[in-house]
Amino acid sequence: MSTSTPPRPDIAPPPLEEAVRSHKQLPRFGGSGLFAGGVVLGGLLSALTGFSWALLVVYGVVLGTLAVYVGSRAVEGKRKATDRLVTCLVVSAFGIAMVPLVSLAYTVISRGAARFDATFFSNSMVGVVGEGGGAYHAIMGTVIITALAAVISVPIGLLTAIYLVEYGTGRLKKAITFLVDVMTGIPSIVAGLFAYALFALFFGPGVRLGVGGAVALSVLMIPVVVRSSEEVLKLVPNELREAAYALGVPKWRTILKVVVPTAIAGLGTSVTLAVARVIGETAPLLVIVGITAATNFDPFDGRMATLPVYAYYQLTQPGVPPQFGIDRAWTAALVLIILVMALNVVARLISRFFAPKTSR
Amino acid sequence: MAKRIDVSDLDIFYGAFKAVEGVNVSIEPRSVTALIGPSGCGKSTFLRSLNRMHEVIPGARVEGKVVIDGQDLYGSDVDPVDVRRQIGMVFQRPNPFPTMSIYDNVVAGVRLNAKKMKKSDLDDLVESSLQGANLWNEVKDRLSRPGSGLSGGQQQRLCIARAIAVQPEVLLMDEPCSALDPISTLAIEDLMTELKDRFTIVIVTHNMQQAARVSEQTGFFNLNGVGQPGRLIEFNPTEKIFSNPDQKATEDYISGRFG
Repeated sequence: MSTSTPPRPDIAPPPLEEAVRSHKQLPRFGGSGLFAGGVVLGGLLSALTGFSWALLVVYGVVLGTLAVYVGSRAVEGKRKATDRLVTCLVVSAFGIAMVPLVSLAYTVISRGAARFDATFFSNSMVGVVGEGGGAYHAIMGTVIITALAAVISVPIGLLTAIYLVEYGTGRLKKAITFLVDVMTGIPSIVAGLFAYALFALFFGPGVRLGVGGAVALSVLMIPVVVRSSEEVLKLVPNELREAAYALGVPKWRTILKVVVPTAIAGLGTSVTLAVARVIGETAPLLVIVGITAATNFDPFDGRMATLPVYAYYQLTQPGVPPQFGIDRAWTAALVLIILVMALNVVARLISRFFAPKTSR
Repeated sequence: MAKRIDVSDLDIFYGAFKAVEGVNVSIEPRSVTALIGPSGCGKSTFLRSLNRMHEVIPGARVEGKVVIDGQDLYGSDVDPVDVRRQIGMVFQRPNPFPTMSIYDNVVAGVRLNAKKMKKSDLDDLVESSLQGANLWNEVKDRLSRPGSGLSGGQQQRLCIARAIAVQPEVLLMDEPCSALDPISTLAIEDLMTELKDRFTIVIVTHNMQQAARVSEQTGFFNLNGVGQPGRLIEFNPTEKIFSNPDQKATEDYISGRFG
């Protein structure tokens, strides 16, 4: 058999000249320039049809994308043009996604800044009808109730996740996974009504307790902890478990000393993010915890104030004149956002400091 | 310390699938026994059944007898955890515990079993184990650094040090050199030659030269076809296997005329 094959004409490489020509490129910033040109055109068009910002953005993005595609198609060829078209689409999608976030942050910061002062963090609402007053009681209430919810749901959630990953087999595991998924979808008001019904059994109707809020938040928090911890525990390589078993280490001790320490960064992150998820819940706390003007540190004794419920009441019943109440509501919202952001930062720090080290 | 292993009529299953059938073999103490054979023929499965690591996999089970010094490993009153304390294992991929330092990795078997030991005893154990694994000189200045920062060959020797630190009677090695370069492989082969004075060593390898270099006895596993259980075709002194095997299949395999 001869080893040489005749050249196949259908896949012959293009002549050198053509290959070089197809490498023509738009100049640097050429794409952005074309896009800007399209946006200017869009601006003119929207000015013709009655100017509005929304129209300007829509016309501008569409015309800019078209300009980039057509320009690139003419100069660079089909493949590059498609690349630029998709780049434009992705960047526009990113821009659209950023709009509500930036708008929300801007609104809350600009309106909340008015009352972001020392009084807000040191005073409660006792005896306040108009100006002044603060959310000290609500901040403390949110911290206490959320901490209590974490104390209830972290052990349950982590142990459930460990059961599912390390021990669970067959139907029971499937049933638990299914129920956890169902729990993830429970509306928060239902969790509040559940806690109310539960505590009303013991304390009679009309009960308002901080610990009830913690129970309601746990119902929302447990599935989040279970699902994210389960994913983290699954990431621990099986080889590590086998290495421990091969040393004659019992299973429970392997989990405690090898699996959990290896996953500790991820577990810390998952717990922190679950806390951040429930800290802003309003509806269940409205039902079972209620609101009060005074500071109450005891979750087992009567109503407590919490930041989301505080914001809700300051907005719906701002008093006379209403401006002061509305200002306090915005500042409460700002404090809540700062708390959630701080928790996310803590989660990142946990995953950085506790991650297994690989440096030499 | 080293002990003799007698295996009789061993069948190994994954659920309903019979992976290994009818193994009868006796493994000599203070020697290196190599297991060779094509992929998927049940060498590793057999090896893992010798310290009851096989049953870690859901649905896996074993029928037959594995007797070490008169004690049946699969007796109803035997705790698999105790078996694994006596029979150590080194895996194909180096797997030091990533959260632990080199020092802690070596004493992991002691620490994780909650044995109380004095600090000075622990220090001695770390030094003797690392020296036993030929790693002491390379890491003695950085014992507190993470074990996962070592090179692949060093990590594998760290795993061997970890395995011998619990003073097992048998050491099982599942392709310990398959992820290593020739120089690290040489270091580990030298190590096996030293260790066989103290331990009974069973090694699974795909490298026939390696089997010829390090082992006294060699077992050849093969299977008749896909879906069939693997069998121990021949078990003989290494020299005989590689020069004048009893079975045609063995000769075909080691001379590369397989299949």
